[in-house]
Amino acid sequence: MSNNLRFKTSKFIDETYRISFKFNNKTYFGFKGDTLASALLANGVHLVGRSFKYHRPRGIMTSGSEEPNAIIQLHDNSSRTEPNVRATEVEIYEGLVASSQNCWPSVNFDIGGINNLLSPILPAGFYYKTFMWPASFWEKYEYFIRKSAGLGKSPKVADPDIYEHNYIHCDVLVIGAGISGIIAAKMAAKNGFKTLLVDEKSYLGGSSIYDNSEFSKINNHLTSSWLEKEINEISKLENLEIKTRTSVAAFHGYNFLLARENLTDHLPVNQRENKVRQRLLKIRAKKVITATGSIERPLIFDNNDRPGILLSSAIKKYIDLYGVACGKNNVLFTNNDTAYETAMSLIQRGIKINAIIDNREQIDSKISYEVEKNNIKIYKGYSIVETYGYRRINKISIMKLSKDGQTVIGNKTKLNCDCLGLSGGWTPAVHLFTQSGGKLKFREEDQVFIPDVYPSDQISIGSCNGDFGLEEIVKNTLSSLKKFLNIDNSEYKTIEIISGLNQSKRNIWLLPSDKSIGKTKSFVDYQNDATSKDIKLALREGFRSIEHVKRYTTTGMGTDQGKLGNMHALGIISETAGTKMGEHGTTTFRPPYTPLTFGTIVGRNVGEFFDIFRRTPIHDWHVANNAEFENVGQWKRAWYYPKDNENMHQAVQRESKAARDSAGILDASTLGKIDIQGTDASEFLNRVYTNAWSKLAVGKCRYGLMLNEDGMVYDDGVTTRLGENHYIMTTTTGGAANVLGKLEDYLQTEWPELDVYLSSVTDHYATISVCGPNSKKIVSKVIPDLDLSDEKFPHMSFKNTKIDNIKCRVMRISFTGEHSYEINIQANFGKSVWEKCMEAGKEFNITPYGTETMHLLRAEKGFIIVGQDTDATLTPIDLQMDWIVSKKKYDFIGKRSLYRSDTIREDRKQLVGLLTENPEEVLEEGAQIVADIKKSPIEMLGHVTSSYYSPNLKKSIALGVVKGGKNMLGQKLIIPMENKNINVTVADPVFFDKEGERLNAKL
Amino acid sequence: MFLINCPFCGEREQSEFKAGGEAHIVRPKQPTELSDDEWAEYLFMRKNIKGVQFERWNHIHGCRKWFNMVRDTSNDQIKAVYKMGEKPPVK
Repeated sequence: MSNNLRFKTSKFIDETYRISFKFNNKTYFGFKGDTLASALLANGVHLVGRSFKYHRPRGIMTSGSEEPNAIIQLHDNSSRTEPNVRATEVEIYEGLVASSQNCWPSVNFDIGGINNLLSPILPAGFYYKTFMWPASFWEKYEYFIRKSAGLGKSPKVADPDIYEHNYIHCDVLVIGAGISGIIAAKMAAKNGFKTLLVDEKSYLGGSSIYDNSEFSKINNHLTSSWLEKEINEISKLENLEIKTRTSVAAFHGYNFLLARENLTDHLPVNQRENKVRQRLLKIRAKKVITATGSIERPLIFDNNDRPGILLSSAIKKYIDLYGVACGKNNVLFTNNDTAYETAMSLIQRGIKINAIIDNREQIDSKISYEVEKNNIKIYKGYSIVETYGYRRINKISIMKLSKDGQTVIGNKTKLNCDCLGLSGGWTPAVHLFTQSGGKLKFREEDQVFIPDVYPSDQISIGSCNGDFGLEEIVKNTLSSLKKFLNIDNSEYKTIEIISGLNQSKRNIWLLPSDKSIGKTKSFVDYQNDATSKDIKLALREGFRSIEHVKRYTTTGMGTDQGKLGNMHALGIISETAGTKMGEHGTTTFRPPYTPLTFGTIVGRNVGEFFDIFRRTPIHDWHVANNAEFENVGQWKRAWYYPKDNENMHQAVQRESKAARDSAGILDASTLGKIDIQGTDASEFLNRVYTNAWSKLAVGKCRYGLMLNEDGMVYDDGVTTRLGENHYIMTTTTGGAANVLGKLEDYLQTEWPELDVYLSSVTDHYATISVCGPNSKKIVSKVIPDLDLSDEKFPHMSFKNTKIDNIKCRVMRISFTGEHSYEINIQANFGKSVWEKCMEAGKEFNITPYGTETMHLLRAEKGFIIVGQDTDATLTPIDLQMDWIVSKKKYDFIGKRSLYRSDTIREDRKQLVGLLTENPEEVLEEGAQIVADIKKSPIEMLGHVTSSYYSPNLKKSIALGVVKGGKNMLGQKLIIPMENKNINVTVADPVFFDKEGERLNAKL
Repeated sequence: MFLINCPFCGEREQSEFKAGGEAHIVRPKQPTELSDDEWAEYLFMRKNIKGVQFERWNHIHGCRKWFNMVRDTSNDQIKAVYKMGEKPPVK
């Protein structure tokens, strides 16, 4: 059967290059140049899949990216598997393995086909209506519904391919390389515009490149030959870049477009290694010319979905471009002249046409007369009412249409066929235009939506602009371009076009049937199995807006976004509701135009580049010493250093004890550091912090609290006065970037008169904090020249010094409550200084500790962590930090908010300490705090913010926020947990060394 | 994605910028003189216009300068950009 479906043909198929491929485990052959669809058709295979809901047999319907039915799984069970690929777009290659989706056990015999018989009880909204009750059962229903639904299978392992992103800037982008796109690209490039021409197909020229009809000629040449010459010419233009296999996925505002360039999908599998598979092009074009063409409409009648039913234009393309006959006994069903072009192509090759069924009573065009001359029977004013054949169409029934086209009359005639071509006219592909924000208008004569208002510097040309005749396309394209590019088109001054087609059309959105609508299955959306019946049901149930009807019936919600049927859905709605087309809106086309694989979207941002992280200069040491890491903002911070199979708790207890008993060392390099200079630096700090800064002496450090204008705590840290007009501010690790941004904002917008300069120096310094009773001895070993006496170097002061001739800054500040030093040194010396400290501290059992121990030690001291104990709803007063809020300063950020009626309420949540009745019981952070568990509903007073077991106090300690907590000291509260209630007592948040004796101890 | 004409750097991709809310809201010079209501007006009240809106933008991944933008929120057309402290060039 297969051989005589292939005809000697065009230059598009290389018959010397035979390719074998597998479809549903069977081996077939095709030729280089074939798509999977054309190769299957050449082998007589129409049935390629089952439909989504009713599991009806479905065949190849189209020849392009609009394909709703022939969506297949590529390379199932391999790492390169890809679901929902359109067979009409896959170029075959050696090693191709494809299989049908949505069927089990096989596409020929599919158990799910039972749904087709059950269809009377599976109307639109069936799932919504049926599985709602009782609501608690949804979880049970869901399992079965999910199991039976779905298209292809997603890959189970990581994608082995490489993808990348490219930016492209051009003067003119031309989308679509059909005849108008080719003309546009040539004119733009020749007039000095840097031009990019893209097309989703592997070849240039669109449908005109295989238009060999005597009925459409340009300058007395066949359209195909004329265009070929043009393509030859533009391929030599320097200003023009051409990208084929490149599909524009999205057209955003300001002429920003995303396109997928396919680089290896057409190559034999063994030639793809180490090559970039696809590129996501991010195109910014000064001007965009959309020449995306149009999509042929099917016709909507009973059982219009059987395998063997294709668009008429697809049949033409398969024979003219691929040399493949879709059937040996064809019938064409049309309401316009384009089907006659298909007829001529079939006639030229001697392929049988049994009949043409034309909705129109009057047909008056040269091409139709020519077809009639070839003894083809044309049924004028007829319509198809029924089709037959389960896995392949074998018969149709036709009846005469009434005058108004609303009913069928007379007797039924049956006709045999193995292939039926549908032509319902053309729908301009306005998807990209509407994505860009363009507004459409409806053209009554031929019932199409065409571009009306352009939101950016762009035009649509050719049939996507509603120009369908060859002459119209070329002439209108030329005049549009002249205006749009402001050029003279002497290039095409004398262009003669003949066309044998007439643009008349008899548009009937839903063709009438001799059966009641309830008994028909006229598919509007093939992929989602939505029928005209479903749409009418939705309207009866009160839906009007197309967006609602769409969601209720799922029309247009498949992976093809209803490229074929959306117009019919709109038409049926307006006819049924008696409204004008477009009155209920058109559906919104959303990117991508055709599906993109995730690999293309993420590009190189995979693996370690997915979410980049920052490492401190001492990171390698932490790794070498077995540290566990924690993510803090973008940083990887050492969390704890387990020794000898310790778990986290054991490690943290050991580290915490060592830091207080002898010495601990912490990598604090991640703290944000902002260098502040300028004659107004002190005044600036006065305005951004709650406390006063003017009197801070050079060489001294001070802790500062920063608020938002609403009075809520924003950030904190120690700032050091390095010189008269020079400070270094530290911020929290996570807040560094935002604090810098906020300071810049105020400087630029509110206080531009201040002479202050800011630079982020976070990465410039490594910061090593050495704490504990032996810290002084260790630091004196590392920096012997530095006088560490309390007189010369008291708490909260700083010294410029050197370690081995390398300048460094040492601050005596403490976040643990211990005597401690912070050494800041140029980042690249960080690791060696750290190792020096470790060496010097060896005799004191210096213990590296991570963020967890740091948190525990500061919690013992009741020091807050912004972002853990605070959450942008707490003022310094709520935190019991009244001492840091200057009463004298006239203004600072957030001051006025501290005495708004809301912020002075006594019953605000306030920070308190919490001690458990059982000292061994450690609370869960985030747990709710209540007073009375008998009251219903139970009043939530607050929650636990920090909680640890303190090895130094040998008991559990916690911080929390509690409504009115300040006045509840000593009061008993309850933490209700899943299995028990934990009794706690409100305590002072400072648990350890409240007097600060350890800080000031003589060492 | 917008193409924003930074008054300091020229045209750049929107991804280099951060939006910063309504423009021309001046921080009161003497907050302590204000009533709760007056302060709340400054602190919380922002317009959300369908149509021409005055906005603050920051070229955060570029020169880090703040500037103002006039944008029609109904169609995302940027009518003008101008430096901080300057009067809007359009109404």
